[in-house]
Amino acid sequence: MATTKLTPEVDPLLQAAANAAPAAGTETVQMPVGVPGYTLRQEPRQVPVTEPPVLPVNKDLQYIGKSPTRWDSHAKVSGTARYTYDMQLPGMLYAKFVCASVPHARIVSVDTSEAEKLPGVKGVYVVQHLLGGAVLRNPSLDPSKYPIVRYAGQPVAAVAATHPHIAEQAAQLVKVQYDAKPFVVDMTQARQPNSPQVFPGPADQAGSAGGGGGPHDVPQTGNVHGPSIHKKGDPEQGFKDADVIVEGKYTTQVQVHNALETHGVVADWKPDLLTVWASTQGTASVRDELAAYFKMPKSQIRVITEFMGGGFGAKFGAGNPGVVAAQLSKQTGAPVWLMLDRKQEQLSAGNRPSSDQTLRIGAKKDGTITAMQLISYGTAGCGTGAGCAGPVTHLYDSPNLHTEENDVFINAGPAAAFRAPGHPQGAFALEQSIDELANKLNMDPIDLRDKIDSNPVRRVERQIIRESALWKSRNPKPGAGAGSGYLKRGVGLSQSVWYRFIRMDSSAEVRVHRDGSIEVLSAVQDIGTGIKTVMAQVLAEQFGVPPQQIAVKIGDTNYPIGPNSGGSVTTASLTPAVRDAAWQASQKFLASIAPALNTTADDLVLTGGEVRSKSGKLQPVSFRRAAKKMDTDVVSAQAKRIPDYDPAKYDTYGGVDVAEVEVDTEMGLIHVKRIFAVHDCGRPMNPMQVKNQINGGLIQGISYALYENRLLDPKFGYMVNPNLDMYKIAGPRDIPQLDVHVIESYIGQSSTDASGIGEAAGVMSAAAAIANAFHNATGVRIRSTPMTPAVVLEALKQAPQRSETA
Amino acid sequence: MKQFTLADCTTESAALSQLNGGAVVKAGGVDLLDLMKSGLIAPSRLVNIRNISGMNGIQSTPDGLKIGALTTLAEISENPEIKSQYAILSDACGHAATPHIRNMATLGGNLLQQNRCWYFRSDDFACLKKGKDVCFAFDGLNQYHAIFDNGTCPSVAPSSAAVALLGLNANVELSSAKRGKRTVALKDFYVKPEVNPMTRTVIQPDELLTAVTVPKPASGTRSAYQKYGDKKSFDWAIADAGVVLEMNGNICRKAAIVMGAASPVVRRSPEAEAVLQGKPITEETARAAGKAAMQGAQPLSMNGYKVQLFPVAIYRTILLAAGQMGRDPSAAG
Ligand SMILES: Cc1cc2nc3c(=O)[nH]c(=O)nc-3n(C[C@H](O)[C@H](O)[C@H](O)COP(=O)(O)OP(=O)(O)OC[C@H]3O[C@@H](n4cnc5c(N)ncnc54)[C@H](O)[C@@H]3O)c2cc1C
Repeated sequence: MATTKLTPEVDPLLQAAANAAPAAGTETVQMPVGVPGYTLRQEPRQVPVTEPPVLPVNKDLQYIGKSPTRWDSHAKVSGTARYTYDMQLPGMLYAKFVCASVPHARIVSVDTSEAEKLPGVKGVYVVQHLLGGAVLRNPSLDPSKYPIVRYAGQPVAAVAATHPHIAEQAAQLVKVQYDAKPFVVDMTQARQPNSPQVFPGPADQAGSAGGGGGPHDVPQTGNVHGPSIHKKGDPEQGFKDADVIVEGKYTTQVQVHNALETHGVVADWKPDLLTVWASTQGTASVRDELAAYFKMPKSQIRVITEFMGGGFGAKFGAGNPGVVAAQLSKQTGAPVWLMLDRKQEQLSAGNRPSSDQTLRIGAKKDGTITAMQLISYGTAGCGTGAGCAGPVTHLYDSPNLHTEENDVFINAGPAAAFRAPGHPQGAFALEQSIDELANKLNMDPIDLRDKIDSNPVRRVERQIIRESALWKSRNPKPGAGAGSGYLKRGVGLSQSVWYRFIRMDSSAEVRVHRDGSIEVLSAVQDIGTGIKTVMAQVLAEQFGVPPQQIAVKIGDTNYPIGPNSGGSVTTASLTPAVRDAAWQASQKFLASIAPALNTTADDLVLTGGEVRSKSGKLQPVSFRRAAKKMDTDVVSAQAKRIPDYDPAKYDTYGGVDVAEVEVDTEMGLIHVKRIFAVHDCGRPMNPMQVKNQINGGLIQGISYALYENRLLDPKFGYMVNPNLDMYKIAGPRDIPQLDVHVIESYIGQSSTDASGIGEAAGVMSAAAAIANAFHNATGVRIRSTPMTPAVVLEALKQAPQRSETA
Repeated sequence: MKQFTLADCTTESAALSQLNGGAVVKAGGVDLLDLMKSGLIAPSRLVNIRNISGMNGIQSTPDGLKIGALTTLAEISENPEIKSQYAILSDACGHAATPHIRNMATLGGNLLQQNRCWYFRSDDFACLKKGKDVCFAFDGLNQYHAIFDNGTCPSVAPSSAAVALLGLNANVELSSAKRGKRTVALKDFYVKPEVNPMTRTVIQPDELLTAVTVPKPASGTRSAYQKYGDKKSFDWAIADAGVVLEMNGNICRKAAIVMGAASPVVRRSPEAEAVLQGKPITEETARAAGKAAMQGAQPLSMNGYKVQLFPVAIYRTILLAAGQMGRDPSAAG
């Protein structure tokens, strides 16, 4: 999501209707709001009369807020779950990309004749329109028959053959003639006026359903796309008014998503229907891009995602694999499998941009912030989206703010939205600066944040941390490190913020059959977060039967529209629609059986697996037996997401993380010993799954902080570590004890009151928390990631910054 | 990957008879498949030796040990005799790579795996080690490269087992159909890039490495190996150290100090060994030895930090061998 955007994604018409309170057909209801044990209270909300009754807090519910076994855990653990990668259809062909072998060039010609002659080859396609990356505002600046090559590894053509090895061999037979152009892969160099230019003029990248992409209305000078400037108040005066100013330069690396399942699809183009199995975060997004690309009606495309092996923000739309596989299937009349290999995945399927930030914060002696200023540069390769002003804009109260974000083009694969775009970078700088400010003011970092952060939920989270044994064990004096000899122990904290985005394209249908079986259908995909299980829980709560009895059918555009899973929207967007559909279906069900039971629907309730009579007119009957009385074989209801009840309130959420580290000062190794993470996500629908997300977010954050780094050879422009052994991702022994504390934070916004968690899951704050712990341990600031031994030893050469202690 | 035929052999002689016409041996396949998948080698025939029963297992002999080339790293690391008498070897095999790789990886394959260098291992770069005349690491990204003997090809020696076995003065047994058996001391087994960057060892294409023999250590010998990486799991060494101390009471009679990831060929440090000889093992002497081991180091543009890491790896491993320090929690594997 664009960092500065705070408005939830809602249909403006619906929003206008919602705002016109008190609208006809609404009523005022009391809803639980706040954190149980701290701030829980009832608040009124104006709610459509068609909404189901208000849900009480989790402890008063039977299935929601509990953690039943994950719907798909057995299939995943036993290997029976079928991913797109595993798809095999009769007569299926395997396709392989031919990728550019130079970082910047005009393609003169593509000779596919040798490849076509290879036995087993059924189709060859030369890419005509490339998806992803920035596009020239004035395309005529770069006339070319084929897409200009802007990075090594860019898809140029593809071949489809009866066997993957034949396809691979054929791909090597395609001869591409390049007219090579000068290139640049180093961001510092790319900022120089005499640098080779990635684009001959201004170019912009569109965001995806997962966000990403940069601003379009900014200047461009050479490779520098920006600045995108935001100003609030009078920053200059703010700095004049400050008693203390902290200023620092921070750099972060490019991180690659590297989901375990690579990008790709299996496409089966039949005359009246294109069926696509896709590893995607948005079945609808794949369908929509294919419909636009091939100019065909949405109704003739079906996208299926039964299981998918991770996306982290980079898997929206059909992308190059999707359109090329569909094209090859159309050409050959056979289904086509096209999944990227690991190298292609790293080169062409997205990444988190780097950053080079200069951050200044001015404050009064009591901590009150007077001004903040962030100037950032970052590279999203041949795309945009490197802005990282989100945290500085949204975490703290400052009357005066000035941010300038710049994208710097280099000849590398375009970035894509990546789990909290811009935030890990931004938080790394901001949260260290706040820590530095606390040291300068001789204040406790939690006290300072209590002063400058008015968010009521984070206040509770900080309170929980303040009372924790881990925080109490922290030696407030930087560098005093409780450890002995070369091992120094430290504890540090970081906060994070994310936005409450809601996607209105979220619908579900609930059906009750006369045999007593219940099912729920939605096109939503489960990207590994567990929405299937949560949907079953919502139905279980409504019908009073265990979640195991609910059939959940998702991941198919034949079902009602589901939200694209980006921006942490899925649970928050879809579950209210599911609950509304379940509520309506249950009402219809009761109406359908009431006559046969000689009573009325409003006399009946569903609970404990039974239909019971409020008046006591009849004995409880099991749900299954009652269903036999239905006057038709199936009752169903479909519902869509309605706008949040009070969208002006609670537009962000987040968490606070504390890291404990031990620094081996001789080896330059940072051992993360423990992370204590306190997070909120509205109503936790399934606390175990929320914890899973936070565990994963923290691990990804640690991995970003210490290990991951996309490395491009500066002279040749090739990535030197496009595999999973030299592109280093945290492994089992690198993962510390993770103590995750999920708080219930009711906000009274929908019929389930859920928020998201995927992004506010520690991935934003881990690096900053570790760096603050490092400073606490050693008295030295480390301002660059990944914090490898080389970086740590270099940092330790500086004398501890006495200036940070008052 | 190109198509190939697979010759699945169950006897040494059957395997040897297949080793011609560009055939390549497959043991655990861990390194081999990586090389094939990235297109660095494309053999027309793979000779699977994994199922040869006679090349397996650990034998205790009056002179020491004989370890079959197909013995896995996991088996070696768990062997009680090796644990107590040859700790450096169980340490090395027990902390190389990851548990699942150690279950697949064989001792022979571990000694014969190719060097680490991302330019060599990438099909985007045709370098010295692939028969071309340029090394990309000198002007490129060389943070993981060699700090010694790096004038021709600064790739680094990958094998943890080789570090241990060099310290233990081991020999390897080679066998060919035409020329029969021969024994080569491990110190003469590896070929420096100056001599030939393309051949890593003296083994010939028609030869099998059948076993490794390790002489019995002198009484009073204590030894250890430790490896350090950016990460603790699933990572290569950025610094490692193998230490063998022949002790007489607290006095070190003789020492072997070995480094792996410092140079293209596993390297003993006579300078470090000299520091310890005839001295008691203390933190001070151990640190002095570590420092001495860096004499002559010539770091490249980005790997200067390794010159700082090796002395630490060495002193801590000396103290571990001498029983004066536990296994270092900072060590990897
Ligand atoms: C992430 C990662 C980290 C790693 N870390 C370490 C580490 O810390 N320390 C370490 O030592 N290793 C490490 N390794 C490497 C791993 O241990 C080796 O790849 C493995 O030991 C190779 O053994 P293999 O039996 O699979 O050999 P193969 O891959 O089967 O063979 C390797 C080579 O030896 C040849 N060969 C094998 N056996 C014979 C024989 N008997 N006679 C003749 N030729 C033969 C093959 O032709 C091939 O060229 C790591 C690997 C990975 C992926």
